[in-house]
Amino acid sequence: MEVIMNLVGLMITASLVNNVVLSQFLGLCPFLGVSKKTDTALGMGGACIFVITLASLVCSIIYKFILAPLDLSYLRTIVFILVIAMLVQFVEMILKKYIVSLYQALGVYLPLITTNCAVLGVAINNVTDGYTILESTVTGFATAIGFTIAIVILAGLREKMEYNDIPIPFKGMPLVLLTSGLMAIAFTGFSALK
Amino acid sequence: MSTEAKKGALGFRADTPGERFFNGLIAENPTLVLMIGMCPTLAVTSSAINGLGMGLATTFVLALSNAVISALRKTIPGTVRIPSFIVVIASFVTLVELLMKAYVPALNQALGVYIPLIVVNCIIFGRAEAYASKHGIVPSFFDGIGMGLGFTCAITVIGLIREFVGAGTAFDVQILGEGTVVPGPVGAFLSGYQPISIFIQQAGAFFVLAFLIAIMNKIKANLASKGKDTSKFGQGCCSSSEEKAADKILEDKKAGKEAE
Repeated sequence: MEVIMNLVGLMITASLVNNVVLSQFLGLCPFLGVSKKTDTALGMGGACIFVITLASLVCSIIYKFILAPLDLSYLRTIVFILVIAMLVQFVEMILKKYIVSLYQALGVYLPLITTNCAVLGVAINNVTDGYTILESTVTGFATAIGFTIAIVILAGLREKMEYNDIPIPFKGMPLVLLTSGLMAIAFTGFSALK
Repeated sequence: MSTEAKKGALGFRADTPGERFFNGLIAENPTLVLMIGMCPTLAVTSSAINGLGMGLATTFVLALSNAVISALRKTIPGTVRIPSFIVVIASFVTLVELLMKAYVPALNQALGVYIPLIVVNCIIFGRAEAYASKHGIVPSFFDGIGMGLGFTCAITVIGLIREFVGAGTAFDVQILGEGTVVPGPVGAFLSGYQPISIFIQQAGAFFVLAFLIAIMNKIKANLASKGKDTSKFGQGCCSSSEEKAADKILEDKKAGKEAE
């Protein structure tokens, strides 16, 4: 029972309280870039959930069974970035071959994820916080859920604002950043959940 | 680069160390003009010291990885270019991480996960791909130094603005608000300032950057109306490549639907 409560707590913290984009600034590029329409935002979110969960699992297994016993934990940055880059390629190939429906839904977003700093950030944070393999995977999954929530809300807001009368210098990125700032203020409300 | 083959930025000869240095610092400032590498710009600028530390760490990685990649540019085959670059960059990031842990543990603590994340900073990869893999070792090294210092200056200033408005301090010295170091009546006047703490929180980073990009957009529009070359100016964020990809996905979907 205690284990489950602990995991639920981790999930709430990782998805809402420490939202990966709005409070940790990880994965900002896809957050700002792929948030024009809600359906692309959802696709990106789905692909992120898939990759970040898998990457957290694989990276924490590698850390636990290879890097930590050999006392090589200082190599984690190099190892993790290569593992993630490889993993994304591998996932793309597997999906293309065996799970075609999932590939059609998420495939186009996968190459965009290699450059997503949230994947590496979560993997490194899991190690720094000393999570077990199960905890790491759950944290990775919840973090990606938090990313999806944030990007879908932003995409919804951007769709509504598209035809508003905006001062010319603020058109485009500045307006998106201002909106994200307001969302960040709203998300600080979740810190009471801690 | 420039329209004439031999003339580089600011009237220097192209690809000399000096030209590369000032090109990165001013003409193609990565944060303010090219607008790449925005994640650390937002994340670590809650104070000027953090910005400075992050900037110098990035400069170190950028200069050395540029030099090494330039030295290896004829050895690395084109097909495995990207993984090789990643390994070189990640090695230098690990080096910086270990050095900072040993000599400036407090700063290392404050910057936390953003130090290893220098690996995925698009400035470093962008320079390796756009400059170092095509030019000699010395200009590449100075290109890294210039770009790195341009980044450092920009994020230190952003950090200073946020810190000054949000906490009333500059480089951790209390200037505005209670406990000011300024003596006499001026100090008494300054101590009445109430810090706007939203500026050192996460939301403040978004707001400051939004206004910064809006100002740069205005400058770009002014330059364009005077008929000057603005092709170097970024689209607004490092996410422009993502944005193009997303537009393409939307177009493909539309085309697919029409085909059905």
